[in-house]
Amino acid sequence: MALGDFLTLATIAGAILLLTPLLGRYIHRVMEGERTFLSPILRPVERLVYRVSGIDEAAEQDWKAYTVSVLAMALVAIVAGYVVLRLQDVLPFNQGGIAPMSPDLAFNTSVSFETNTNWQNYSGETGATYLTQAAMLAVRNFTSAATGLAVAIALIRGLTRRSSKTLGNYWVDLTRGILYILLPISIVGALVLVWQGVPQTWDPSHAVTTLQGGKQLIALGPVASQEIIKEIGNNGGGFFNANSSHPFENPTPLTDWLEIVGLLGLSFALTYTFGRYAQNQRQGWTIFGAMAVILLVGAIGAMHVESTGNALLPAGVDSAALGNMEGKETRFGAALGGLFMAATTGTSTGAINSWHDSAQPIAGLVPLFNMELGEITPGGIGAGMYGMLVIGAILAVFIAGLMVGRTPEYLGKKVESFEIKMAMLTALVLGASILGFTALASVLPDGLKGPLSAGPHGFSEILYAFSSQTGNNGSAFAGLTGNTPFYNVTGAIAMLIGRYGMIIPILALAGSMAAKRRVAPSLGTFPTTGILWSVLLMGVVIIVGALTFFPALSLGPIVDQLLQNAGKLS
Amino acid sequence: MAAAPQGHALAVDLARGTRRFQRFVTLGGSKPSGGEPPRPRGVLDREQLRAAVPQAFRKLDPRILIKNPVMFVVEITAALVTMIAAATATGLEPTSGPAGLGFQVQIAIWLWFTVLFATFAEAVAEARGRAQAATLRRARSETVAHRRLAGGTLEQVGSSELRRDDVIVVEEGETIAADGDVIEGIGFVNEAAITGESAPVLKEPGTDIRSSVTGGTTLVSDRLVVRVTANPGETFLDRMIALVEGAKRQRTPNEIALAILLAGLTIVFLMATVTLRPFGAYAGSVVDTVALTALLVCLIPTTIGGLLSAIGIAGMDRVARFNVLAMSGRAVEASGDVDVILLDKTGTITYGNRLAASITPAAGVTAGEAIGAALAASIRDETPEGRSIVELARKLLAEAKAPAATGDDAGLAALDATIAEEIAFSAQTRTSGIRTTAGALILKGAVDAIGALASGGMPSEVAEAADRVADQGATPLALLANGRVLGLIELKDTIKAGLPERFAEFRRMGIRTVMITGDNPRTAATIAREAGVDDFIAQATPEDKIAFIRKEQADGHLVAMTGDGTNDAPAVAQADVGMAMNSGTSAAKEAANMVDLDSDPTKLLEVIAIGKQLLITRGSITTFSIANDVAKYFAILPAMFVSVYPELGALNVMGLATPQSAILSAVIFNALIIIALVPLAIRGVAFRPAPASVLLQRNLLIYGLGGIVAPFIGIKVIDLLVTALHLA
Repeated sequence: MALGDFLTLATIAGAILLLTPLLGRYIHRVMEGERTFLSPILRPVERLVYRVSGIDEAAEQDWKAYTVSVLAMALVAIVAGYVVLRLQDVLPFNQGGIAPMSPDLAFNTSVSFETNTNWQNYSGETGATYLTQAAMLAVRNFTSAATGLAVAIALIRGLTRRSSKTLGNYWVDLTRGILYILLPISIVGALVLVWQGVPQTWDPSHAVTTLQGGKQLIALGPVASQEIIKEIGNNGGGFFNANSSHPFENPTPLTDWLEIVGLLGLSFALTYTFGRYAQNQRQGWTIFGAMAVILLVGAIGAMHVESTGNALLPAGVDSAALGNMEGKETRFGAALGGLFMAATTGTSTGAINSWHDSAQPIAGLVPLFNMELGEITPGGIGAGMYGMLVIGAILAVFIAGLMVGRTPEYLGKKVESFEIKMAMLTALVLGASILGFTALASVLPDGLKGPLSAGPHGFSEILYAFSSQTGNNGSAFAGLTGNTPFYNVTGAIAMLIGRYGMIIPILALAGSMAAKRRVAPSLGTFPTTGILWSVLLMGVVIIVGALTFFPALSLGPIVDQLLQNAGKLS
Repeated sequence: MAAAPQGHALAVDLARGTRRFQRFVTLGGSKPSGGEPPRPRGVLDREQLRAAVPQAFRKLDPRILIKNPVMFVVEITAALVTMIAAATATGLEPTSGPAGLGFQVQIAIWLWFTVLFATFAEAVAEARGRAQAATLRRARSETVAHRRLAGGTLEQVGSSELRRDDVIVVEEGETIAADGDVIEGIGFVNEAAITGESAPVLKEPGTDIRSSVTGGTTLVSDRLVVRVTANPGETFLDRMIALVEGAKRQRTPNEIALAILLAGLTIVFLMATVTLRPFGAYAGSVVDTVALTALLVCLIPTTIGGLLSAIGIAGMDRVARFNVLAMSGRAVEASGDVDVILLDKTGTITYGNRLAASITPAAGVTAGEAIGAALAASIRDETPEGRSIVELARKLLAEAKAPAATGDDAGLAALDATIAEEIAFSAQTRTSGIRTTAGALILKGAVDAIGALASGGMPSEVAEAADRVADQGATPLALLANGRVLGLIELKDTIKAGLPERFAEFRRMGIRTVMITGDNPRTAATIAREAGVDDFIAQATPEDKIAFIRKEQADGHLVAMTGDGTNDAPAVAQADVGMAMNSGTSAAKEAANMVDLDSDPTKLLEVIAIGKQLLITRGSITTFSIANDVAKYFAILPAMFVSVYPELGALNVMGLATPQSAILSAVIFNALIIIALVPLAIRGVAFRPAPASVLLQRNLLIYGLGGIVAPFIGIKVIDLLVTALHLA
């Protein structure tokens, strides 16, 4: 791992530390409808949106109404998306005879973009028209990210409000999230990307003649606009099949740096927003710390392993200086491939700048484990925060909170049976979907057709596919042939479970917590700030994750690595 | 303040209480000593252990066990492995792999032990309560009662025929047949049957705190007419028996929440193990069902699942051993959460008696003269105040070795012999004292009354000193001999010994103590400062108490209070934890969620400690149980897959001998840890008053980190034994 790689990591960390309070405070102001520097321009637009859609800005929703709104939005979007994907050949902006998607692929793709997963069983260049890309997929990149944000804010309100029946208004939260947060950053970010060479055009693909005289079709399109929201909204759906390893999506080391900061920025900032709501910034920083440490350990581990390379290969193929370059981009190098891999799966982004399948098995464990933790380090925009608060904080406070001699409470609210039921439900659906579908795929003939590799590596490919889709990550381990009816349908179900199987119990928990009275803090109160709590949070998250997935992981990447160490090919 | 508890009714041996508390704190809640009826001692009484064994087997009934999902799953797996072993033994199923029949039988046996240890833990906890219930039941046996009919005639009925609002007449020597309030007569009642205290208690009507009697206690003097307040089966004693027996034990909210968490974890691990079969199939290996079952049982939280109800029962039992009757486990749990305690000044913080604190001579009078006069004026005074003056005077004389008068027994007898007439206190004169044979009149009394009698009036410096004493909440008494004012006696309400230290301990735990008193604010402030309470409410009315509790609750505090009078009942009901004195009225007892049989309000502090200890025990064993799983994975996973992936042997960090010994050792450890933790579950985790952050750090280190490390060592040791004994 070279000095430059360390510097990249350090500057990214520095940027995140700087951005977290700035963005965090801004998000809080926006979501609470306070005035911001963009209000003079955006407030009239916001009001217009409400007037046109008939939304009463002041009317708050209880958890049930909030949940119904989220689900209604999802249902409409999934159905509409399905229709567009099935009819994309006849709809306008078809840049070159692109065919409609098959029913199962359209189902998978529509669900994928609505659930903020952006798992792609199609190739962007040949499988999606410009209309599909810009009007359907890019728009949903905004709405799905803003929905995650809205749900997280609703949960935070539930945890911090006193004896309240309501959690806010989904439609208002959604509008504000898009208008004030995602759009402005996207516009600025897209311009920077264009400056760095990312195309933004409606022109069709260029046909060129190569030096050897061959014909090559160079795919273009409105890339920059989708690229930026792909990262900051933790969507991850690439314009091109090669995603962020494609030079038109991620042309330079600077764009690579920006994309990593972009995909981590808002999720980390939410910890600060949480501190604002809790009226105690230490609450936020403590969670920030837990997220950052897990992410960093994984990232440094992956960077180290990747830059060390595969000792079994003869010198020259995989030199110690370059590290494991298989599936890596030469403009980024092996270590930055490892860093991007950790960052994209610590969040729910799923963009890639290297092929995860080609990573060293033990480095491949990092993205797998990141996703199986529920993507909470720092996780998808909003989704990471609500996952961390429920699977992490609520469970940790319940298991260890008793040890101070009081019934468990978080932020002064008692954690009781209902909350535990809901928190366990979220942990359960996660495990059930990942392990259940992987088990199904590893015995059914249709499932066994998927993996490219044999042995444990093939098992990792299957496990990765369902971890990624359940976690709404969308990154692919590659190697797996996903565009089959079996994987399209099971994957879509996994994505739906991973998204709404968490959102529904979490909003229910938020509703129940909101209604509770707040217990005043005293010396006898369980402290949910500081290093001890941060360590405890990490411990519970890792132990719960590890206990659930250790058997599967040990039959995948762990034994894969052990076999490689022993010089066996599986 | 209404119904201030009178000193002698409630005065308790606080030193005993403090000792008990300290013992409790340092020994982690062992049984208090002294003054109680003989009850089984020690955590694990041999008699009780023996009684628990058949009970443990009875609890294996799946219909009973299903209430404990974790252990129910273990029972199913035990049955499953037993059937597999039976199939192998009868040749129905070929032995799979090198495992063999011996291995299957051993796993089956240990799985059964796992369930059995859990039911045994519960049975042991119950046995302790049952022994206590047996004592109580003896007191409840059917007795004869004399029911007074409308016309005033008496009829003889069995105690079970008595109903609420019947009026019964109890004669000396009879057992009181039912709970009730005294409406006529005065008499002493022996309440040893329920409180263990053998000194009889005075009962009289209308006194609010002394009018209630409990069925099963005995009238030792005079005759009482009692209005029955409880129907048969609903009496205090009935409730007490049901509670200590755990017969009607309802799971507390926190216990239910924890049970949900444990059930959830069980499902998670069920998924993790069940999917291992297809995962194994993908890798080309048939995962042995017995090994898979063993893994499941090791992973699901059997330790806390097996001990959860024992912890709850033992917690209730611990409260009962302090002679406090908690109406529900919920109340004990809630007391752990309390962060504001409302304490009556009189009887709780102070003894409630005004006792002599100092004797100050007037100008030109020697100390010896003043003390001598105080002694003479009080020698025939049998009130607690009078006796305290005599005691103080004797002490001062002994210290001063004053020649003028001697405080030793001979001197006292000599003094007594000189008394010609005793002048008793009356509301008119507001003085008392003696007239000697020599004709000298020695009096003590209210300052203005003495001033009126003094030949020169009250000297101004004595009057000023008296004002200062009054300002500090004490009572000044002036001394007069032959028309001359000799000095001032200061009578002070004394703060119980050891209380300031205990309040300091509670402050360290984040609990605020608030004193409530009818005194004026200045007096209240002085006493509050001396006692070390955090806050006080002066000139308080019963309405003030409720208002205070409501306000604290609105601010998010959980409030505990003690009460005994009918006036207290609404406040006791409003408080999150309300403890009534057994000497109190039925109304207060009805409103409370705890009754203290010793009528010692300071015991609220001990109950809070027990509540905290209960929660800490539950949390610590849960943490320990989950932390244990890490080692079990490292033991069992490589053992399961080592045949198909020998490289996974790298995960066998403990270096366990063979796959079979690894699995067997993990299962044995998993079973033994339950039985090893039974004493901890029943005794409770050691608890020291400290801030939450300190407690957390300590308990996380012991039970979290310890929980990760312990099984690595334990499993390795068992593996060495298993290998040495050639068990696998």
